[in-house]
Amino acid sequence: MSVIYVLLAISISVAVLFFMAFIFSVKSGQYDDAYTPSVRMLFEDELVKSQVGELPPDMDINTEQNN
Amino acid sequence: MDKQSCYHCGDDCEQVSVTYDEKCFCCTGCKTVYEIFASNDLSYYYDLQESAGASPIEVEGKYDFLDTPTIVERLTDFNDSDLQIANLYVPHIHCSSCIWVLENLNKLNPLINSSQVDFPKKTVRIHYNPTQISLKEMVLLLAKIGYEPTISLDDFDNKKKVTDRSLTYKLGVAGFAFGNVMFLSFPDYFDLSSSASTGGEFWLNEYEILFRWLMFAFSLPVVGYAGKDYFTSAFKGLRSGILNIDVPITLGILVLFLRSTFEITFNLGSGFFDSLTGLVFFLLLGKFFQQKTYSFLSFERDYKSYFPIAVTKINPSGKEETTQVHDIESGDRLLIRNEELIPADGILLKGNAMIDYSFVTGESEPQQKQSGDKLFAGGKQVNGVIEMEAMKSVSQSYLTQLWSNAIFKTDKSSRFQTLTDSIGKRFTVTVLSIAVLASCFWLYYEPSKAMNVFTAVLIIACPCAIALAAPFTLGNMLRIFGRKKFYLKDTLTIELLAQIDTAIFDKTGTITSTKTSTATYEGMPLNHEEASLLKNTLRSSNHPLSRTLYNLLAEQDIYPLDDYDEYLGKGLMARKGENRMKIGSADFVGNTDVKGLLDTAVHVANNDSYKGRYIFHNQYREGISETFKAMSKNLRLAILSGDNEGEKSRLEKLLPKLTPLYFNQKPEDKLKFIKSLQEQGQKVLMVGDGLNDAGALAQAHVGIAISENTNVFSPACDGIMDAIKFKELYQYIQASKKALKIIRLSFLLSLLYNSIGLYFAVTGQLEPVIAAILMPLSSISVVVFATVTTNLLGRKLK
Repeated sequence: MSVIYVLLAISISVAVLFFMAFIFSVKSGQYDDAYTPSVRMLFEDELVKSQVGELPPDMDINTEQNN
Repeated sequence: MDKQSCYHCGDDCEQVSVTYDEKCFCCTGCKTVYEIFASNDLSYYYDLQESAGASPIEVEGKYDFLDTPTIVERLTDFNDSDLQIANLYVPHIHCSSCIWVLENLNKLNPLINSSQVDFPKKTVRIHYNPTQISLKEMVLLLAKIGYEPTISLDDFDNKKKVTDRSLTYKLGVAGFAFGNVMFLSFPDYFDLSSSASTGGEFWLNEYEILFRWLMFAFSLPVVGYAGKDYFTSAFKGLRSGILNIDVPITLGILVLFLRSTFEITFNLGSGFFDSLTGLVFFLLLGKFFQQKTYSFLSFERDYKSYFPIAVTKINPSGKEETTQVHDIESGDRLLIRNEELIPADGILLKGNAMIDYSFVTGESEPQQKQSGDKLFAGGKQVNGVIEMEAMKSVSQSYLTQLWSNAIFKTDKSSRFQTLTDSIGKRFTVTVLSIAVLASCFWLYYEPSKAMNVFTAVLIIACPCAIALAAPFTLGNMLRIFGRKKFYLKDTLTIELLAQIDTAIFDKTGTITSTKTSTATYEGMPLNHEEASLLKNTLRSSNHPLSRTLYNLLAEQDIYPLDDYDEYLGKGLMARKGENRMKIGSADFVGNTDVKGLLDTAVHVANNDSYKGRYIFHNQYREGISETFKAMSKNLRLAILSGDNEGEKSRLEKLLPKLTPLYFNQKPEDKLKFIKSLQEQGQKVLMVGDGLNDAGALAQAHVGIAISENTNVFSPACDGIMDAIKFKELYQYIQASKKALKIIRLSFLLSLLYNSIGLYFAVTGQLEPVIAAILMPLSSISVVVFATVTTNLLGRKLK
C-alpha cells in the first residue's frame, strides 16, 4: 500500500481530532462567555498576593454587621 | 463644602455626607458596604475601578418568598441535599471591580463555595451548601453589598433557557471542511494543465481520484448540515411566493454540489468543492457577525419581568404568608410594602396609599388613594405599607390584558421585507434569464457545452457577496450604535429605522427626565422666617412631593418645630413661635379660588392667609427643542402622553409649531393611534419608556425605549437608548439611512465581480480555479468595503 494513504489517514485524523475538540468545547459552554475570562485573568496576581500575605479573619458579615 | 463624590458609588455627597476612614460617602449604606469590603480584605475593589459601587437598598421582607422550598426549587439550576447552584441576574454588574468582588464572595462568607460571573449576561453563578446558607441569606448578602439580584416572574416561568449554539457548530463544520478541501485541492491548483495522458506529475495523477472523493466526503456535511438553513429558508420563501435572497444561494449551492459530483464521477474534472465549502463558510461567517446580541439587555420583556414572584398574603386568620403571584385569587388580602408593585387589580383596604403609576399610565406624580379606592396592577406603592384585596387574578388585570393583543405574538421580521430580499428577487430573475439565454445560445452552436454553461452561470452568479453586504454593514453599525449606548435588537431594526417618516414620542420619562423635576412659585413672596419654617416643615414629611420640594428649596437653618401634624391626603400643619403654617392641597390651606387646575401643586398658607403655590413641572431633557426642530424638517412628529394637559402650553413653546399633542392616552389608545397611522401608509417610529407604551412600541415599525439606566426597566422594544443620548436620536436615524446606502454600493461592487465571472461562464470557460479565486475575492472585498465605510461613518457619530 502506498505511503500516501497512511499520510492522508494521519492528516485527516489529526484534523478530525481537533474538530472534535472544538465541538466538545462549544458544547461545554466555553464560547458562551468570551469576555469575563479575559478580565478574570488579570486578577490572579492580586489573589495570590492576598493569600500569601496575612489572611483576613474570615468573619461572617451577618454577625459582624450591627448598624 | 465643595462638591465631593462618594468614594463608593460616585454620587454627589451634597445632601448628607458621611465621613469614614478619611473618605466621603453619600449615605450610610455606601459607608456600610465600604466597611464590609475593608474589613474583609476586599478593598482592592476600589483600586480596580473608582467608585464602582451602588448604594444598597432597603430590602427588608422583600425576599421572604425565598423561604418557600418550591420557589427555591424552581429558581436554582441544581438542587441537591448538600449543593445548590443558583444563577442570579445582577443588573449592577458593569465593570471589572464587579467581577472581582462577586467572584470573591467566599471571602465575605466562607459558606459560599464558589461564584462565577458571566459579564455579558450580567449574571453570577453561585455554588453553595443549602444546609449551611440558604438562597435567601445569599440574596440578602448580595443586596447588602449593593449587588441586589433581580428575581422576577420571568425567571420563574421559563426556568431553563437553552442557549442556541447551532450557528457555532455550523460555522465549525463549514470552516473545518473548507480548510481540508482547500488542502486537498492543492494538487489540482499546482497541476493545472497536465493530466495523465500528457505526462505531468505522477503522484498527483495517480491519486487524483482519491483526493476528489475525499473532497466530496468533506462537502457532504457542509451541504447537508451547515447549509441547511438556506434550503429551508428558500423553500419557505418559494412556498409563500417570495423570491428571497436564499433562493439563488440555494440554487448556487445545489448546482455546485451536483455538478462537482457529476464531474468527479465521470472523471471530467476536479469539481468546485473548494468554492462550495468556501461559499457556505463565508455566508455563515456573515450570519455570525450579524448575530451581535446584547445579552445583558432584554428586548422581549413583558409584564412578567417586572412582577415579583411572590407577595405577602394575609390569611383569614390574620397570619402573613408568602404566596406565588400566579396563585393570587379574587378575594385574597395582600400586603404591599413600600416600593413594591401591585400585582393584581384590587381595592385598597388599609394604609396610606401613594401609588406611582408612571410605569403604567405615564403620569408623573404619585396618586393618593383612600381606603375603598380601586388599585390597578403595575402601580408601585411609595409610601409605607398598605393592605389590599385582590379583585382579579394577575393575568386578567387591566395592565396585563394589554399583552393579549395579537401584536405581541407576531414577529416583526415576518411583517417587513428587507432590502436584501427585495434585491434578491430582481437578482434571481436576472440570473435565471441569463442562464437560460446563454444555454439557448450554446444549444444552437455547440449543444455539448449548453449544460456546462447553464450551471456555470448559476455557480458564478451565486450572490454570496450580496448576501454578505447587509450582514457586515448592519452588523458593524449595530456594534457602533452599541458603543454609543444605542442598543438595537437586530439588524432588521436598522433597515426599518432608515425608512421612518413619522416619529411619535411619549412624554413622561421619554422627553422629560424622571429623575429631576422643577417647581416654580406663584403668589406673594415668602419672607425669611416663612421660608425657613416651610423648609423645616417639609423636612419632617415623607410624602414624595414634600421630599421633592424639600430638595429644591434653598438651604435653611434646621430647628425643631413646636408643633407638627400630618393630615393624610391633605397636607401638613406646623407651628413655630407665632407662625402657623399649612402646606398641602388647595382645600386644606383654605384657598378656593384655584379650581380645575391640572398642574400638580403644593399650596402654602401662613397664619390662615394664603401665600401662594409651588407648581411642579417636568424637567425636559436637554436639547429636545433643537432635536425636534431638526427632526421636523423630514419627519412628521407627534406627542402621545398618558398624562393630563397641564404641561400643554410649556410643550407648545418647546416644540416646533403645530406639533400635534395628544393627552390622556391610555395604553390601548397609543397602540391604536400607531396602527391608524400605519394604515395610512406611514412608517412609524415610537419612542417611549414605560409599560404603558409597550403596545405602541410593539406595533410601530421601530419601537425605541428610552432608559436612564439601561440595565433595569424597559419594556419590550426593538431598541434601547440611553437617556443622555436622546438628542442624538436624529443623527442615528440618518446614520441608518447612510448604512443602507453603503449596502447598495456594496451590491454594485459585487455586481461588478459577477459580471466578470459571468463573462467566463457565458463563454464556457469557467475553470474551477477561476471560481475558486473570484468567489472569495468578491466576498472579501465586499466585506472589507462594508466594514471600512461603516467605521468611517461611525467615527462621525457622537
